[in-house]
Amino acid sequence: MLKLILHRLALSVPLLFVVTFLTFLLNALSPGDLAQTILQGQGTPAQVAALRHQIGLDQPLIVQYAAWAGHALHGDLGSSAYTGEQVWDLVVGRMGVTLSIMVGVLIVCLLAGVSLGILSALKGGAIGRVIDVLSLGGLVFPSFWVALVFISFFAVTLQWFPATGYTPFADDPGMWLAGLVLPVLAAGLHSITSVAKQTRDSMSDVMGRDFIRALRATGLPTSTIVVKHALRNASLPLVTVLGLVMVAAITGTVFVEKVFVLPGLGSLAVDATQKFDIYVLQGVTLFFTVLTILINLIVDLSYGWLNPKVRVS
Amino acid sequence: MSESAAETPADVFTAKGPASQDKPTRFFRRLARKPLAIAATAWLVAVSAAAVLAPWLAPADPLAQDLLAVKQTPSQAHLLGTDAFGRDVLSRLVYGAWPTILGIAEAVLIACALGFVLGLAAGYFGRWLDRAITQLVDLLLALPGLVILLSILAVFNRDMTVAMVTLGIMGSAGIARVARSATLNVRNELYIDAARISGLGDAAIIVRHVVPRIIGPLIVQLSLFAATAVLAQTGISFLGLGVQPPAPTWGGMVYEASQTITDDPWLLAPSGGAIALTVLAFGLLGDSARDAAAEGWTRGTRRGRRPAPSPRPTPSPRPTPGPTPATAAASPTAVLSVRGLTIVADGDTGERVLVDGMDLDLEQGQTLGIVGESGSGKTLTSLAIMGLLPPGTRATAGTMVLEGARYNLARPETLRRLRGSTLGMIFQEPMAALDPCFTIEHHLLEVLRHHGKAPRSQAKARAIELLELVRIPDPKDVARRYPHQISGGMAQRVGIARSLAANPRVLLADEPTTALDVTVQAEILDLLRDLSEAESMAVILVTHDWGVVADSCDRALVLYHGETLESATVEQIFSAPQHPYTKALLRANPHNAAVGQPLPTIQDSLRELLDDHDKETVA
Repeated sequence: MLKLILHRLALSVPLLFVVTFLTFLLNALSPGDLAQTILQGQGTPAQVAALRHQIGLDQPLIVQYAAWAGHALHGDLGSSAYTGEQVWDLVVGRMGVTLSIMVGVLIVCLLAGVSLGILSALKGGAIGRVIDVLSLGGLVFPSFWVALVFISFFAVTLQWFPATGYTPFADDPGMWLAGLVLPVLAAGLHSITSVAKQTRDSMSDVMGRDFIRALRATGLPTSTIVVKHALRNASLPLVTVLGLVMVAAITGTVFVEKVFVLPGLGSLAVDATQKFDIYVLQGVTLFFTVLTILINLIVDLSYGWLNPKVRVS
Repeated sequence: MSESAAETPADVFTAKGPASQDKPTRFFRRLARKPLAIAATAWLVAVSAAAVLAPWLAPADPLAQDLLAVKQTPSQAHLLGTDAFGRDVLSRLVYGAWPTILGIAEAVLIACALGFVLGLAAGYFGRWLDRAITQLVDLLLALPGLVILLSILAVFNRDMTVAMVTLGIMGSAGIARVARSATLNVRNELYIDAARISGLGDAAIIVRHVVPRIIGPLIVQLSLFAATAVLAQTGISFLGLGVQPPAPTWGGMVYEASQTITDDPWLLAPSGGAIALTVLAFGLLGDSARDAAAEGWTRGTRRGRRPAPSPRPTPSPRPTPGPTPATAAASPTAVLSVRGLTIVADGDTGERVLVDGMDLDLEQGQTLGIVGESGSGKTLTSLAIMGLLPPGTRATAGTMVLEGARYNLARPETLRRLRGSTLGMIFQEPMAALDPCFTIEHHLLEVLRHHGKAPRSQAKARAIELLELVRIPDPKDVARRYPHQISGGMAQRVGIARSLAANPRVLLADEPTTALDVTVQAEILDLLRDLSEAESMAVILVTHDWGVVADSCDRALVLYHGETLESATVEQIFSAPQHPYTKALLRANPHNAAVGQPLPTIQDSLRELLDDHDKETVA
């Protein structure tokens, strides 16, 4: 098991370097550069050259990257070209919003997705068709559009939830939760139905296996057989899908943060892109890459933990 | 070249390919017969045409503002209404199709070309190239896609083309996977070796043999990727990072709609609808392509398969005059009696009778063998007694008297509380009967605790006792193991131990030794016989093996296509079988076969016997 963890970690480290180096490389290839961005095209060639030297842009790319990576390892990700804020502080400060949405998506997937899937596997019929329709909707309508329809219906017409904005948990837990409902549902609609579909398929598959019949022959109650044995076995493919939907939820959160005007990392990334605030964008990219690696690692580990064939051997 | 990589869905998907070659023309012909594929293609062609012909098709200038006619709902003048600046929504939609279609085309072309080449090279040439490409593909698949796109857009000053090319590069990973596994399959075919030996070069082999085979899976993957590309392109426009306003884009139109969402929610519909329909069209195209490709495979395999045996290959044996079968009344001494058990399968053409009015009696402490060919209904009979008939089959009639109480076998839910405590069952595939996620001890504990309500420590001790009872050496060690860590014979012993956990009166054993080695078979049968004596437990032993019947059973019941042909003591059956089918079945016993002669089959024996029988009756 420990070997598995180490192996996975060893594989993910190169990914981290590749992604960050790639952003660096792009930076060097780009038509404009940071010095001109900071001076907003106003500087004289001498001023630009001086600034380039000051922030190290005249160094070879690999030296620049080594410097950035060295600082990054100490938590120094540079600062915003516009506000001068430390990127590390920016990322940490906005992390809560993004993680709240992603954890929300995960919880809704586990609660609604899994139970809908089980119900539809056992009872079939109407619930199955509802899942099919919802998942088609989640697949074909982009999350930013779904988010707007939710705002129009649940926030503007029904006024059940706030349309936009974010209330920190410390200020008002109730408002914090109310403000997260629509973003989580919009970012997670497709995830929830994917999970429901996977649960349904794996559960139907497992319920047809021989050991379920053998368990029923021992007289155990159906609830025990379904929840303890069938779900446990069905959870193996389910974990893989959960990992995929969580990685997809990163994309979802970028869009819903923009739509619901939430001060998270997604909207930070979009703003940085618009302004070519390269260090900020690099910091956010680093964060999301680490998050993706972590999600994949957790999937691998829970797969190993759930599957005795991996765990014991 | 070894295929050791973890199996992905794509591998499974393409692994089903037949040995025969499925020509791309046939694949496209099947695809063209699917109405959904036609509708999807029609929509995509229409959108592409609109994109190209926008200046001629659009009713108005997409940028022309009319501040006197803002936020209008659909009307004759403006079929899809107007936006906040009074611009005609339909015209903007038609013009806005261009960047989306262009973006999809760029991404799909790059993904297709790059993925195809990478996958083909990895699958065809293998070795270090395969390893390198597989690593690259894994890396691309692990990238956080949208975030990478944002970096690209920042660096390249919001250039949509660069973004879509990048998306194509990232998407090539999925295409490469499909192409690689499909190529691997083709490459391992013998006819490729034959082609190479006959002097055909790599390029010719790839073009003639490999490319046609991977077209189907490739179309599926490309369609699904195109759907992703639509969402990415419109998403980038929505975020204002691609084509800049006021130029119309679908994503940008959704953004514009979001600015007037409180007073003009209608504006969300046209742009959202266009995006959704386009994504849907690609999704449907992918689904149809998958079906069309799958049809090719099933057809290929069907051609290769032996013709299915007809349900009644032999003339139905006629009942013989002789001792009448079991009487209608339940035996007073039997621990279990079944009368008139009828099992049917629900099919397209109505009910099909699988077991017809079966009677059986099982005396205390005795073993009854149910003998018959495959498909004679012997397993179904035992499952019906447990109330565990598989879906699609059901008991329509039958009563069971068990320890003096009557049960209706047509109502399986009434049998539930008998399971485990009064009726135990073991199965043909001992390994498959155990849940792979739990230890042996856990399997026994949960049954013990459900039926016995004993404290945990006591149940644990009992579990070890049970494992000792079924003669498992070192039971404490075995208890801690998982099913995959024990042998088949051991698994059957565990199955028996579990079925004994709640001291059942009757044990149903459904071919308990068929899946086991010969030496293990004898041990398991000995164990069952000893347990039956020691615990004075009655056993129903379902088998097709006369040796098992002779060794282990007191009585035997011969089933043929769901009909009971004969029921007698084992001595009677072996010394003086009454029914010609029983005689035939006995004669087909491979243990009696002469060395050097072909093995007798039930067909030969039955035919011979019926001929003899006819001669006798004629004479």
